[in-house]
Formats: sequence, structure tokens, C-alpha cells
Amino acid sequence: MENLFVIAMNGIFLKNFLLVQFLGLCSFVGVTKESKSAIGMSSAVVFVMAMASIVSYLIYTFVLIPFKLEFLDTISFIVIIAALVQLVEFAIRKFSPALYRSLGIYLPLITTNCAILGVVLLNVQYEYSFMASVVFGIAAGLGYGLVMTIMAAIRERSVRVKVPSAVQGLPHAFFIATLLSMAFVNFFGVIPI
Amino acid sequence: MSKAISEFIRGIIKDNPIFGLVLGLCPTLAVTTSVENAIGMAAGTAFVLVCSNAFISILRKQIPPSVRLPIYIIVIATFVTIVDMLMEAYTPPLHRSLGIFIPLIVVNCIIIGRAEAYASRNNVFYSIIDALGESVGFLLVLVLIGGIREILGSGAIVLFGTKLVEIPIEPATFMILPPGAFLTIGVLMAIVNYSKAKRLTKMGGE
Repeated sequence: MENLFVIAMNGIFLKNFLLVQFLGLCSFVGVTKESKSAIGMSSAVVFVMAMASIVSYLIYTFVLIPFKLEFLDTISFIVIIAALVQLVEFAIRKFSPALYRSLGIYLPLITTNCAILGVVLLNVQYEYSFMASVVFGIAAGLGYGLVMTIMAAIRERSVRVKVPSAVQGLPHAFFIATLLSMAFVNFFGVIPI
Repeated sequence: MSKAISEFIRGIIKDNPIFGLVLGLCPTLAVTTSVENAIGMAAGTAFVLVCSNAFISILRKQIPPSVRLPIYIIVIATFVTIVDMLMEAYTPPLHRSLGIFIPLIVVNCIIIGRAEAYASRNNVFYSIIDALGESVGFLLVLVLIGGIREILGSGAIVLFGTKLVEIPIEPATFMILPPGAFLTIGVLMAIVNYSKAKRLTKMGGE
């Protein structure tokens, strides 16, 4: 029985998807120009990551392993994620139009977000049990959301900062990411859990 | 023939996947801890890009537009599985160090981006040329970033067991760690922006 707390801390801090593992960087530089969209994207990601962890665990354990089809994991996971995102989109549009208005535009982006496929593949690689997969999925989503929110807040406040024109935009975002990443790698790396 | 050459060059310089189109950042930063990993990643991506561009271009008149994206994803995932198995069989150490980034080629935006923007509209020959150009552009950037990080982080570049370059500096482990990747790409992008802006003002002044 794995320690679920350690798995959760790993997912949020030590193995942070954006700053330590480099998963989901396209949205990291693309959607963090304002806090509102960063938070919307993060909530959609947490939700889909948790769902994808559950469904992919069930499919992998009860379909792929009994039929000895483990080598098809990448193909089946990407299809699961694409189908899941569609389903979630339909369900949210039907049951909560208000939530759909705030999350809807981010859902199609999620299919090709490598963080989702990454969490599912890591669950398989670490051989996590069902509970551990779900906890890791949610924790990874929360870690992603934490960094997205911090990054968006910093970028919003640094709009008026005077930088050379060549550094404006993406290079500036990457320099902020360097500092954030140093904090995550060094600070959380020394806590022995 | 001249069109083929210009399409090839365009993929390397103007539509360079990293600096021009800003696609596929995750593998660019994650696997560039050494030149060797960078070459392995670029080779895997190139194989998938060329095969999927050719395949999608052959089938472009048969694929119904409304379901084109799922079809592209399945085609790409098939080629990625082939690469994954080939690397596991023939280069196990490389396969281990690239880890989950080989299956993650599926969601590399460069591949689906080229399938959508180029292969679905052009014939097989030009689609392959376009894929080769993009692959070479991707390879050059990955090797550049990998080279900078490896030489500053370990003091030498080791390629397939032979030491290519060695400089007498104190190795800065920082460059091998994740922050070094963000710093390197930030500096490179700033340099690219600077030279672009300089060229534009020169053209405007004439």
C-alpha cells in the first residue's frame, strides 16, 4: 500500500508537471496572460486529469492486460482522453450552462495537452493502484493549477515593467519560469518526505 | 525543383518549429540535457513526422473533413507506437533516458500542426519535403539547446562514447536541472527576437 500523502505531495510539488517535468508547457506560456483564463484552464485540467486517471486505469487493467495488448497503451489512452473530453463537454453543456461558458473554450485545448497523457502514462509506469492513480491524477492537476495561477499573477503584474523590446513576451515569460522553477527544484527538493 | 528546395529551407528557418511556430516546447526542454538525447528525440520525431505527413497526404481526399482530427491522431499514435517499440529493441539506454517523452510524441503539436496545415492540402512529395525541413529545423534547435546545457552543465560534450569538446570550467549543475532549460530557451528566444527586429528595421530604412 503506497502512502497516498507522499504521492499527493509528489504530484503537487516534487514532480510538478510544469516546472520539473516539462509537461503541458504550451498552455503554460499560452494561457497565462491573465489570471481568469489561467484559473479556468486549470480547473478544466484538474477535472479531466482525475477522470482520465480513473477511466484509463480501468481500461488498462481490465481490457489491455487480460488480452495482452499492453503495447497499445499510447493509442488507447489518447483515444480515451479525446472521447472523455468530448463527453465532459456535452455533460457540462447540458447540466450547467454557466460552468460551460467559463470552462467550455478550454476543453478542446485539453486533448492535445501533454500533461493529461503524461499523467496517465506515469500512472502505468509507476504501477500505481487504483486509489494511488486517482490521487496522483488530482495532485498533478492541483500542482499544474498552482503554478499556472502563480505565473499568471506574476505576468499580469509585470505588464508595465520596462524590458528591452527583444525580451518582451515569450523570453520574459521564460525568465519568470526560470526563477519559479529554481524555487520548486531547490526548495521542495530538500524536504525529505 | 526550386520550389522543393525553398519549401525545405522554409521549414528550417522561417517556419522553424521552435522559434518560428513555437510548437512542441515540452520535448524541447525536457530531453535536452545532453546532445545525445537531443539527437535521439529529434530522430524519433522526424520518423513520425515524415511518415504521418506522407500517409495523411496520400489519404487527404478520402478523409472526411468533419472527423479529420481523430483520424490524424490515430495515424500519428500508430507511428509513435512503432518508434517506441523500435527504440526499445535497438537502443535501450536511449529509450530509458527519453522515458515517457517517446509516447508523448503523439501530442507534440508540431506533428498534428503540420498534418493540418500542410499535408491535408499538398501532394505527397511536397508533404515529405515539408516534414524533412521541419525535422531538420527541430533537430538543429534541440542539438543547440542540448549542446549549450551539456557543455555548461558538465564541461564536455560526449557523443556516443567519444568526447567531442571539453572546456576547463567548473560544471554548473544548474544547467542540467529544469531551471537551466528555461533560462537557455529564454536567452535564445531573446537573441532570435533581437535579430528579427534588427533585420526589420534595416528593411524599413531602405
